[in-house]
Amino acid sequence: MARRPPNSVWRDNFAELKKPLAREEARVEASRCLYCYDAPCVKACPTHIDIPRFIRQIAAADPLGSGATILEANALGHSCARVCPVEVLCEGDCVYHDWHDKPIHIARLQRYATDAVHASDELPFEPGADTGKRVAVVGAGPAGAACAVYLRRLGHAVTIFEKRKLPGGLNTSGVAEYKMNAKTSLEELRMLFRLGCSVKTGTTVDGALAAKLMRDFDAVFLGVGLARARGLGIPGEGLPGVMDSLSFIERVKAHDRSLPGSSAATVVIGGGNTAVDAATQSRRTGASTVVLAYRRAAEDMSAYDFEVALARTDGAEVLLNAAPKRILGRKKVEGVEFARTKTVKGKLVEEKKTFIVPCDRVITAIGQSKNRALPEFFGAALNDDGTIKVDAKTLRTSHAKVFAGGDMVNGGKEVVNASADGKRAAWGIHQTFIPGADPDEDSAYWVSTIDGRVVAPIVPRAEDVHEK
Amino acid sequence: MKNNHKPRAKIDLSANTGGIKSPNPFWLASAPPTNSGAQIMRAFEYGWGGAVWKTLGQDPPVVNVTSRYGAMDFGGQKIAGFNNIELITDRPLAVNLKEIYEVKKRFPKNAVIASLMVPCERQAWHDITKKVIDAGSDGIELNFGCPHGMSERGMGAAVGQVPEYVKMVTEFVKEASSIPVLVKLTPNVADVRFPARAAKAGGADGVSLINTINSIMGVDVETMVPKFSVGGKISHGGYCGPAVKPIALNMISQIATDPETRGLPISGIGGISNWSDAVEFMLLGSSSVQLCTAVMHHGFRIVEDLNAGLSGWMRRKGFTKLDDFIGKTAPNIVDWKHLNLHHKTVASIDKNKCIGCDVCYVACNDTTHQCIAIDTKKKNRKPHVVQDDCVGCNLCSLVCPVDGCITMTPVETGLKPLTWEELTKNGMKGYGEVYRRH
Ligand SMILES: Cc1cc2nc3c(=O)[nH]c(=O)nc-3n(C[C@H](O)[C@H](O)[C@H](O)COP(=O)(O)OP(=O)(O)OC[C@H]3O[C@@H](n4cnc5c(N)ncnc54)[C@H](O)[C@@H]3O)c2cc1C
Ligand SMILES: Cc1cc2nc3c(=O)[nH]c(=O)nc-3n(C[C@H](O)[C@H](O)[C@H](O)COP(=O)(O)O)c2cc1C
Ligand code: SF4
Ligand code: SF4
Ligand code: SF4
Repeated sequence: MARRPPNSVWRDNFAELKKPLAREEARVEASRCLYCYDAPCVKACPTHIDIPRFIRQIAAADPLGSGATILEANALGHSCARVCPVEVLCEGDCVYHDWHDKPIHIARLQRYATDAVHASDELPFEPGADTGKRVAVVGAGPAGAACAVYLRRLGHAVTIFEKRKLPGGLNTSGVAEYKMNAKTSLEELRMLFRLGCSVKTGTTVDGALAAKLMRDFDAVFLGVGLARARGLGIPGEGLPGVMDSLSFIERVKAHDRSLPGSSAATVVIGGGNTAVDAATQSRRTGASTVVLAYRRAAEDMSAYDFEVALARTDGAEVLLNAAPKRILGRKKVEGVEFARTKTVKGKLVEEKKTFIVPCDRVITAIGQSKNRALPEFFGAALNDDGTIKVDAKTLRTSHAKVFAGGDMVNGGKEVVNASADGKRAAWGIHQTFIPGADPDEDSAYWVSTIDGRVVAPIVPRAEDVHEK
Repeated sequence: MKNNHKPRAKIDLSANTGGIKSPNPFWLASAPPTNSGAQIMRAFEYGWGGAVWKTLGQDPPVVNVTSRYGAMDFGGQKIAGFNNIELITDRPLAVNLKEIYEVKKRFPKNAVIASLMVPCERQAWHDITKKVIDAGSDGIELNFGCPHGMSERGMGAAVGQVPEYVKMVTEFVKEASSIPVLVKLTPNVADVRFPARAAKAGGADGVSLINTINSIMGVDVETMVPKFSVGGKISHGGYCGPAVKPIALNMISQIATDPETRGLPISGIGGISNWSDAVEFMLLGSSSVQLCTAVMHHGFRIVEDLNAGLSGWMRRKGFTKLDDFIGKTAPNIVDWKHLNLHHKTVASIDKNKCIGCDVCYVACNDTTHQCIAIDTKKKNRKPHVVQDDCVGCNLCSLVCPVDGCITMTPVETGLKPLTWEELTKNGMKGYGEVYRRH
């Protein structure tokens, strides 16, 4: 019988991994930034935050101005500062890598600035003048929330329809607790929604409601993310003690102490970031042992190296080339039977011989399936892989009035990608309302960050600017 | 085994400025570090060569305000510039004299220089001069530089700014003095050569400079009161520390190269933080150097690396005594009209060192001569210099964060040297257009 973990385990392990910077630390770190021209870090940020500028504002003791620079380009900059996998985004491209030192701690500086904005409790921008246009946003995840913010800045009325009780999508319910807790995500949204977004939580958009939205609103933005976790499709999946990673993580994030088997020996099945998160969080909530089992080789794992490294440091064991065949147990889970695999000429081949890993709990994390029904309610066509078809520039779907962004478009990326999509779609929607519109003074800056500001190239006078 | 050991050359750091001798050229400037005998003895134990006592005045002693210093930080570094509104010593004269005596008794080889400031009356100067000589001082420094407070009372900079007063007071002191007299000059003048000439004319054995520069440290933008203040109000203070070094170097080289004062011993002061700063002062003509801000920032212990750095450098350069290099660079300081117009230098970027920050690119294109380009056909952002257009201004090499990445390379023009003086004499003929003028 699995015991409940002692309180201290939960408390200690929910602590943030990356601590906020103190004022002096921020100043010193900010002073390290070279203020690159046409900086590579800006290009690597999907929302194209002007990173050297916001860092310089911190160095110049203007954290609120810095926060404004960030939130202009990325409405969700407050949570992105905590959840972005910066190693593969902005910080991954910092010029310091080519030099002698660690990259600038961009995300921690970003957090320093947006924390200041939150402490001031005042958004650095206002809603635009009323245009009389109404937009329905389906899904209050990062994509929907960002789209709503930028639509409000353009003066369009926004109503958000969200299936769950709480807004924020996976930013509230999925992101690892040691990166950001649900409270921070909710506080961020509470502040943003003050721009005048009406949010209808607990409202699932089905066929009937879709038809009504299409009638009542001038445009619709879809940001429903991906559907629930995929099943393994193997015997024993229905046994008590088997759960999908998203439900597990959601309960961890809700600090649900009734979570069964917290001190259990756990097997996590999958090779992506979600699987790794589930493994890490199992350990952090008291699992006695954690085996992360993946079908293929290490180099095939889609999880980031630094996430896997963290899981390992937390004591999770990584089992490679192991394909689950059966979940064993009479009344509840007792183990998992695996077949060894190897890759032959690019194909995964299973060996006959199997082996058993005994455990009390199985968490499955082999990806989320696509939500195919919803786009169809809105007359929006899908690609073969189940993602929704959109125009890359405006994120308009095959239906002129319907736009989409986030995980349902890109197949599952990061919060910052969803936020960038929401911004792009807001401007796309605006363009259908007022074709050819130029941004007004209040929107000119953020609109310029959709594709990244293009600085007019300066051409030296000599004819030959290319190298001989 | 054969013994290959070559005995290391003996390095003699002993210094002599206008007859004031010290075991090394590092003196504590007259300031809070030299407030008391106990401090100075501790400093000498660490290895300081000399100390200029915190300026002495007439009794009753002055009273200071509380809240005295302000500083300017830069780029994450503390104290790039430092400012104070302190007056001269606030201790009774007799106490200081007794301590001078005690210090000299314990440290006979180290230089103790008494800094003095009394009203502009012959008798007053005679009296105090005799007292400090009796106490055992090795030299006297006349504080004609204090820019705040004392100047409002007709002393300090109020004297130093008027060459006639400088000469007169120097004469007063020389009449009564059997020990060397240095005149400490204020930088708060239009041309420092005039007070220097006056000091020489008055019989000074040398000059020391610079004292602090008039300054207001700033305004706190939240409260809108001065950045450092005495209950919301401030008077201008004296600026010193690393930020003032180039100003001090200029003034020293002006005195070292002025035909009228050339050869006058100089004790260099202003923004010295380490041994190489000190070497620069000496190369331009100082025979000793004085430090204040760096000591106030880090304590007396810095003299250990000052001494080590100086001897190491001398050994590398093959110098064995200070006279081998004092003033060596002074002849290179000339008027603009003597610079060679035909000298050409252009920037070049080392692609292997470049990290692609493009800071040079924006600096050159926005603000100077539009001659750095980024090859748009190439993926990496590493720029290159269009050397035909480069005027050799140095800006790119100054902004580049990577050591040795942009070098300014001399270009052989095949042209004979030509100065502005010669060009104008020549009716503006003969200039070889060594850079492209648009
Ligand atoms: C376990 C896990 C950890 C992650 N960790 C990170 C991380 O550390 N950093 C990072 O950047 N990204 C992370 N991600 C990815 C990130 O969470 C997503 O890319 C991002 O949340 C996508 O935003 P979205 O708005 O497209 O979708 P979602 O966040 O999925 O939001 C969609 C919203 O739509 C609602 N909805 C769905 N259907 C309907 C309907 N029919 N009617 C009304 N509402 C509906 C949902 O309830 C949900 O609130 C993680 C993802 C997972 C699964
Ligand atoms: C707090 C403080 C007090 C000073 N008091 C005196 C003084 O009493 N007499 C004097 O001649 N110079 C005084 N000075 C000037 C210093 O001796 C020195 O000339 C100046 O600080 C420049 O040197 P630095 O850049 O190494 O600090 C004072 C400087 C400071 C910072
Ligand atoms: S939003 Fe994310 S990727 Fe963009 S700058 Fe901030 S931390 Fe980096
Ligand atoms: S690349 Fe690095 S150093 Fe350059 S601007 Fe970006 S964060 Fe600063
Ligand atoms: S400043 Fe230096 S490192 Fe930066 S791009 Fe120019 S040459 Fe390269």
